[in-house]
Amino acid sequence: MDIVVFLNEEVFISAGVFNSLLIVALLCLFFAICGKKMKQADPTKPSTGLLLLIELLVTSIHEMCHSIMGDKKGRLGPFMGTLIIYLLSANLLGLVGLTTPTSNFNVTFALAVFALCYLIILNIRINGLLTYMKDTFVGDFPILLPLNIIGELAKFLSLSLRLFGNIVSGGMILGVLMHLTGWLILPVLPALNFYFDIFSGLLQTLIFCFLLMIWAGDLVATDE
Amino acid sequence: MYLQMINLLTGITDLGFASGLTSIAAALAAGIPGFAVALGQGNIAAKAVEAVGRQPEAKNEIQQVMIIGQGISETSAIYGLLIAFILIFVA
Repeated sequence: MDIVVFLNEEVFISAGVFNSLLIVALLCLFFAICGKKMKQADPTKPSTGLLLLIELLVTSIHEMCHSIMGDKKGRLGPFMGTLIIYLLSANLLGLVGLTTPTSNFNVTFALAVFALCYLIILNIRINGLLTYMKDTFVGDFPILLPLNIIGELAKFLSLSLRLFGNIVSGGMILGVLMHLTGWLILPVLPALNFYFDIFSGLLQTLIFCFLLMIWAGDLVATDE
Repeated sequence: MYLQMINLLTGITDLGFASGLTSIAAALAAGIPGFAVALGQGNIAAKAVEAVGRQPEAKNEIQQVMIIGQGISETSAIYGLLIAFILIFVA
């Protein structure tokens, strides 16, 4: 569903970006409702139903962040949790029939730039501006300055390309297979769909967030 | 002049030549990284299975670490596949 709006000239919003905003709006609505229910809930009694699921989700994410990052103060938990929930729904949107946001390279590139800025700001906040400049630009061998910069940027570029490539190639392989063999592939199709679409989407969100957690954990570990 | 004669005789135009080379390049770009990645991922799985054999209680953790390692090392094959798709569908 590409959106084309006619103001003075055409404004074109591609389907992936529109679906990304749709996901954000739906998730905000869902978690606002959950927050309201949680405020009305009784803290002494064990929670049931929807609140139980949400509590399981939050505690498992917090546990994962704590074990990987060693984050004692729990500062980075909400950020990683948001990223995990957003990426899960973005990658699995193909199951509902809409185009996935992450099959658009602009969206994954924006996510990588966002992660880069987040890590830079976290580094500056923890270590201070001068130490950050010294560590990344001077490092061990000042002569290797261009290589240091390119190495830093290449990490995030590979992050975005990995996500984009996995999601797009999964969809394309299934499309090409179905085009080539028609109805003959129907018995094997659920298994292929599970591996290429669902498993690949889950794994890629996990890897994206794991890498971010490990890189952020290096910064936070020196703070405690 | 001889190239033009050969083109006329064999019936291969410049456009067809470029298109054929593009297809060969796409096939090589998709195939060769797969060979190396399969070797690497097989090694990862072998070491993981060995580690489980040494300490069967840690099976779940080892499985998680192995899945993540394979996901990261799969990127090279995905780069190759991406280039093949770009070659076929855009060029």
